[in-house]
Amino acid sequence: MKLLELSGIGKRFGGLNALTDVSLHIGRGEIYGLIGPNGAGKTTLFNVITGLYQPDSGEFNFNGKRYRAAKPHVLAGAGIARTFQNIRLFANLTALENVMIGRHVRTRSGVMGSIMNSRAMRLEEKACRDKAGELLNLVGLKKPHQTLAKNLSYGEQRRLEIARALAMEPLLLALDEPAAGMNATETENLKELIEGIRNAGITVLLIEHDVKLIMGLCDRVAVLDYGRKIAEGVPDEVRNDPQVISAYLGVDGE
Amino acid sequence: MPNAHEAGIFKRQRRRILLAAILLVLPFAVDGILGRGWLRIVDFAMLYIMLALGLNIVVGYAGLLDLGYIAFFAVGAYCYALSASPHLALAFPQLFPDGVHLSFLIVLPAAALLAGGMGVLLGAPTLKLRGDYLAIVTLGFGEIIRIFMNNLNAPVNLTNGPQGISRIDPISIAGLSLNATQRIFGITLPSVHLYFYLFLCFAGLVVFVSQRLEKSRIGRAWMAIREDEIAASAMGINTRNLKLLAFAMGAASGGISGTLFAGFQGFVSPESFSLMESVMVLCMVVLGGMGHIYGVILGGLLLALLPELLRHSVLPMQQALFGKTIIDPESLRMLLFGIALILVMLYRPAGLWPSRVRRRELSSDERPDETA
Repeated sequence: MKLLELSGIGKRFGGLNALTDVSLHIGRGEIYGLIGPNGAGKTTLFNVITGLYQPDSGEFNFNGKRYRAAKPHVLAGAGIARTFQNIRLFANLTALENVMIGRHVRTRSGVMGSIMNSRAMRLEEKACRDKAGELLNLVGLKKPHQTLAKNLSYGEQRRLEIARALAMEPLLLALDEPAAGMNATETENLKELIEGIRNAGITVLLIEHDVKLIMGLCDRVAVLDYGRKIAEGVPDEVRNDPQVISAYLGVDGE
Repeated sequence: MPNAHEAGIFKRQRRRILLAAILLVLPFAVDGILGRGWLRIVDFAMLYIMLALGLNIVVGYAGLLDLGYIAFFAVGAYCYALSASPHLALAFPQLFPDGVHLSFLIVLPAAALLAGGMGVLLGAPTLKLRGDYLAIVTLGFGEIIRIFMNNLNAPVNLTNGPQGISRIDPISIAGLSLNATQRIFGITLPSVHLYFYLFLCFAGLVVFVSQRLEKSRIGRAWMAIREDEIAASAMGINTRNLKLLAFAMGAASGGISGTLFAGFQGFVSPESFSLMESVMVLCMVVLGGMGHIYGVILGGLLLALLPELLRHSVLPMQQALFGKTIIDPESLRMLLFGIALILVMLYRPAGLWPSRVRRRELSSDERPDETA
């Protein structure tokens, strides 16, 4: 069962081919890794998947539906949640508010309901608050939930971002270098958290530089280099692929 | 815990009743102690507060810097001026031989809707702009509206140009004209008192709506856009619609205030809607405390009242000291205003009365940063 299917995706920035003919698919319940040297186009592909960039060519299918030039909020509504490589929290809002904003796509209250303070709105608000609190506990945020996001430590901010993405009840959770800047213990905790997320039935797409984490965690891995997919498969295959080795180590393979 | 909670509600309720009582006797106190002229100034201050609260939705919540906000005040004012005055008889003598004289209760919602619609119209082309660029474009829009009002006296005399529209009908509700002294429940209420209560109702409405929205899903989405627009859209927030909603809500509040202004003053002209007015309203928001309703009210009150206070104190003081007027109070006003603005931005960058969260944020900045 394919959740996400990309075929022939291309993206150009001026004269630069950031992505050329990239095709891949992610199955439901998989942890799918995306690796590659710096500048290989990982984040570009990630931004295409989450709607921040519109691909110039290719087909984009998610959850059995085809999307053309879909905006981020449309894809978010369809069930793609993401975190950012350089953390993008709502810095001057509390941790709880951050997660509650993540509930936006799964809640409905509009202007009139809010002004009238209708019963439906109050119930939804309470459910939203409770769920947000639960998620903060799930990702292990120990500070008070009223702490401003910008006053959390780096590791806590990373986890808050994941809680915020989980609040969207996504089908696909896309994590952009979640372990960047983490120490060994924090990375280990992160690994457990991601496995827990998968066990809860959420498909995970992971970009990571920490090859050990990727290899230990992912079911399948794709390798990008110069905007092209050069390898794909289970971690052990990919690790021994001569093209991958040459891309990473610069060995003249051919 | 429930006891403490109940005590909190009780305390808040008591405070609310106290506030209501103060506001109810305020016009009599001002009239009795300071005189009727001052009550008129307080009435105008209420209009400014409504404007500041409306702009606070756009700037404070959604973080969209709008420098042309006074245009919506103008739309509301001209809306009432045209539909409740003999003026249109000049342009269309056959159609409206006596001008148009619609009821205030019909014009007000229409003006709010029209201003809201203008908000969307002016907001739509600016959706991709941020910060300084947005400010420049909105500034342009504000000026366009004013210049339109200034020049729409030919070929068809719609707005009477720079002379403005006069003889606007006073506001009357259910046959009760607010321009005359009325006796209600045995209490004699002069016109300025009546207008005060009317403005109080609408200011209260704007406060109420702002408060409810601030604590709702919509308010959170606005704040998310203010904090980080890209992250907000990745959360599934339709940034286009929510920005337009903020523009519309803010503009509607400006339109209501403009309608009341036209009815109260009986005369409108383009010079009431200059860029300086937009800047003043923005200063009220920033000075008081962006995004904090009570701060914005304080800012509006201060900036509306202080110039009058100066006007009433500087001239007699100079007369007494030097026997003649050396500095015009108007130029002194701008000098003092500039100094005040600089001081506030230096020592209280979040405003005179910032919200609790903002205050926490400023104080926590001083703590050493924890690193993971």
